[in-house]
Amino acid sequence: MREKNKFKLSAAYFFLAPALITIFIFFLLPVIAALLMSFTDFDIYSLGNIGYAQFVGLKNYIDIFNDPLFWTSLKNTFYFVIVGGPLSILVSLAAALLINSKLIQFKSFFRIVYFIPVVTTLVAVSVLWRFIYHPKFGILNYLLGFIGIHGIDWLGNPQFAMPAIILMAVWKNFGYNMIIFIAGLQNIPEDLYEAASLEGASAWNQFKNITLPMLAPTTLFVGIITMIGYFQLFAEPYIMTQGGPLNSTLSIVLYMYQEGFRWWNMGYSAALAFILFFIILIVSLIQLKIQKESYI
Amino acid sequence: MKRSLLYIILIITAILCLLPFVWMISASLMTTGEANVFPPKFFPSKITFSQYQNLFSRLNIARYFINSIVVSVGITVISLFVNSMAGFAFAKYRFSGQKNLFKLLLSFMIIPAQVTMLPLFLMLKYMGLINSYMAVIIPGIASVFGIFLIRQYLIAIPDSLIEAARMDGASDFQIYFSVILPLAKPILITLAIFSFMGAWNDFLWPLIAMTNDSMYTLPVALASLMGEHNQDTELMMAGSVVTIMPILLVFLALQKYYIKGIMMGGIKE
Repeated sequence: MREKNKFKLSAAYFFLAPALITIFIFFLLPVIAALLMSFTDFDIYSLGNIGYAQFVGLKNYIDIFNDPLFWTSLKNTFYFVIVGGPLSILVSLAAALLINSKLIQFKSFFRIVYFIPVVTTLVAVSVLWRFIYHPKFGILNYLLGFIGIHGIDWLGNPQFAMPAIILMAVWKNFGYNMIIFIAGLQNIPEDLYEAASLEGASAWNQFKNITLPMLAPTTLFVGIITMIGYFQLFAEPYIMTQGGPLNSTLSIVLYMYQEGFRWWNMGYSAALAFILFFIILIVSLIQLKIQKESYI
Repeated sequence: MKRSLLYIILIITAILCLLPFVWMISASLMTTGEANVFPPKFFPSKITFSQYQNLFSRLNIARYFINSIVVSVGITVISLFVNSMAGFAFAKYRFSGQKNLFKLLLSFMIIPAQVTMLPLFLMLKYMGLINSYMAVIIPGIASVFGIFLIRQYLIAIPDSLIEAARMDGASDFQIYFSVILPLAKPILITLAIFSFMGAWNDFLWPLIAMTNDSMYTLPVALASLMGEHNQDTELMMAGSVVTIMPILLVFLALQKYYIKGIMMGGIKE
């Protein structure tokens, strides 16, 4: 028995090795290196000779807190997450409820159609929507014209640029969470609804007292993955607005990319990346805590 | 009454999902300038493939297409082996620290990939791998999500199958290769679609790792084309069609597995 176990053990390590070694070298080490880097003034000169990089303590972090562009990018990113996240989740839930309705046939057809924007390449979709948002020739303004709204310069006006990006993100992403919600809805035992119907509970009351609480774990999961994804906003402003107009769509990741890979201020950029990481970590923990407190 | 209202909402939503793509395809078949008119046209007056000809003859899109294929297939094939081996080890072996190691790996999922990108770029630069296919493939090889998905699937497979093979004198690797892999086929297909789509659609990392024009993947090439040709609506739409079509076809062919995978990932434990 002992002998066999030993044999198995070496096999387990053999199977684990490729994954663990790659994760260690190409994920964990870079994370640690990025943390160290964020305490240095690593820049374009250090790129040629790493010896030029000096430890500067918390200087990058202090500079960031005094950098108006950082606060702009933080504000924009939170705008996208706080408005876009819940909006996406609401649309996903509504679509899931519709498709899951007993009155509906062709469920898989609708599911596939709603899912098509999810699988298509974000860069291509952003290119496409840049033309859809065209103030003169775009189909959005053409359609809005029928209800009397005219000439919105979606991507050229600082007030409309972020809402435009949010609208596209909701369109692109709602299908994904919809699938997860459908799975969650199908896991709710049917007899709960039957019992409630017998007691004469209205559809709204059933939704409020059965569906929503039973969906709570799904909603938490959906909330966290959506939030993590939305904090990483990058391709949409990169393609559609380059962060403009007037920096109104500059996101943290876009700012990090520009600092790190356009100006090669890699120390500064690494500090930005870590601030993003800590924000994501803290917001996830808050979501977990709220969920625990409200459903125990 | 209520039923027809639901259908109306569902159909309008479906139209809203598809309309942008319909316009994209039809604009890509127009002659230059035809898409920049008011009111917008949903059908070309005369179908022309000149935008596509331009992309292939003048703008080198075949090369970007091949780059995207190589990188995406490379990541898919390699990661399938690496992640299924690790998932197998976590599901069917007992070793000390196993639970904690698995938890540690799962906790990595919260670290955004952007954190790794600066040092990763420097590392690959010193290794001379920037502007090579490996630069994009390497960070995609091991995926915690993939390991998780395979482990969950394999846990449900009875140990007796493995024991029986062992009795017959099969080595651990033979068991993995000829017992586990065939049994895990559905989840492997699911994971393959996930990896392929993720790799095909990925933008930020290829943008960083491929600085040489000839190594661009389709999304990177499309973004750079957008810089030079942002007035050429019809040309840009043709480029978008070339980028989107392969992934759309893969999805439509294998959507059953893909949707099942998302449902599995969504219902934890």
